[in-house]
Amino acid sequence: MTIHKGRGFACINYPIGMNLGGDPSQALVHSTPDGKFMVALSSIDLGQGMKSVTRQIASETLGVPVEDVYVDTADSDTGPHCMGSFASRGTHRVGNAVIRAAAEARKQMMEAAAEELEVNASDLDTDGAGNIHVKGAPGRSITVAETAIAAQFKQGRTLSGRGIFLVPPSEADPETGDMTPVTCFAHAALVIDLEVDDETGEVEVTEINSAYEVGRALNPKLVEQQLIGGAWMGVSHALYETTEPYYPRRDHGPEDFNTYLQPGPGQITPHHIAVLERPAEDAPFGGKGPGEMCANPVLPAVANAVYNAVGVRCDQLPITPEKVLKGIRANGGARPQGAR
Amino acid sequence: MAKTPVTFTLNDTEAALFVDPGASLVDVLRRGAGDLTPKQGCAQGTCGACTVLIDGVPHLSCLTLAETVQGRRVDTAGGLADGPALHPLQRAFIDGFAAQCGFCTSGMLMAAKALLDHNANPTRDEVIEAISGNLCRCTGYEPIVDAILSAAAQMRGQPALQQGAL
Repeated sequence: MTIHKGRGFACINYPIGMNLGGDPSQALVHSTPDGKFMVALSSIDLGQGMKSVTRQIASETLGVPVEDVYVDTADSDTGPHCMGSFASRGTHRVGNAVIRAAAEARKQMMEAAAEELEVNASDLDTDGAGNIHVKGAPGRSITVAETAIAAQFKQGRTLSGRGIFLVPPSEADPETGDMTPVTCFAHAALVIDLEVDDETGEVEVTEINSAYEVGRALNPKLVEQQLIGGAWMGVSHALYETTEPYYPRRDHGPEDFNTYLQPGPGQITPHHIAVLERPAEDAPFGGKGPGEMCANPVLPAVANAVYNAVGVRCDQLPITPEKVLKGIRANGGARPQGAR
Repeated sequence: MAKTPVTFTLNDTEAALFVDPGASLVDVLRRGAGDLTPKQGCAQGTCGACTVLIDGVPHLSCLTLAETVQGRRVDTAGGLADGPALHPLQRAFIDGFAAQCGFCTSGMLMAAKALLDHNANPTRDEVIEAISGNLCRCTGYEPIVDAILSAAAQMRGQPALQQGAL
């Protein structure tokens, strides 16, 4: 029995969003009478941080404290339309829609404040702490709450905004196939170190190193968390998870979580991440979003590392001990490929 | 079928409910007592999302007949915070970004509480063992393990540990 070490590499260009007849998302922003702002979306937060990021974006655009912004993603029956949380599109598409909606609401907020302060709206600015003041004269100010109350009860005006962001449909050129399906790409490179036991065929990932370029990381901790959790899922897909281990037959398929294999807390792999920030021009504050590519490069990198370790090229996932052993046997033994 | 009266202590308050014969504890907690913190994931005892403490011992409330908690004490994640003051485990989970979708969080918190209640200074392996019956699909587990160790340190009066410094 020998433990063979292997290293595998993969990199990825990930298109943000999709383009099948156009890719729109909408957002609506309105204030409550006490100067809080509601952002209504139909975009669902599955845990990736959509609510946190759209809240930050709305707060930044409105110029009000993040604590005073609420994001409601409750109901796709009653909320403004969104294509959905998929294709790594949330931050980019929804974030842009929120910027537009929040900018319109801010304009109305500044006009209402201007009426109260008897100045021109263009002479006003926000301090981000809940106040609106005359530029260069912070003493002449009104709170956002007072502005909202005045707008609601004195001026009869709403502080609200509508936003939509659409990446229009792009038809393929019938001659060349040329098209522009997406407006920006995120990028990543990932290295897997693992060990393969040539007697049992078991593969153990020992270390992950990755570099992700996601535009501006609007919420760095959420980005890091998504990358760590996504890489775990990538390892799980690469080595463990399947509903049909002998696809297309269902034989020996799992029936519950006891028999559906996943790495547990005892199989945590150290993962070192470098997040590179190259803000995209058409992205909200430059943020493209990590999304699906958290998991994607892990799979080919694991497959390459297994090949590097024992010379077995698995082209079907997951890379089970059975497949590794059959490959080793077909090769007449483990064939370490050596350092690259 | 006749319902059975069941009285038990739920997070420091007395609960008195009429339950259907064979009703699971998670169902009665959620629908009867209105405590939505225990989550029903698999309903067959393999995911851990429904973990609650019965007389201080972690149990899978989806596999526990509600009638069996008569006269006993049930603790859920809903009782961890003292008013607005979060339990150190809750604080550590937030500070350490130990949740994404949050579905496993209640069960993780209760499994962790059961550990820390009888072991104030657990090793990393002991933490891993304590949550090994709880599935998480989002975090990759590491932030959860770190958060539990950090909460344990805080509860011993030591400063919170930085994520990744463990």
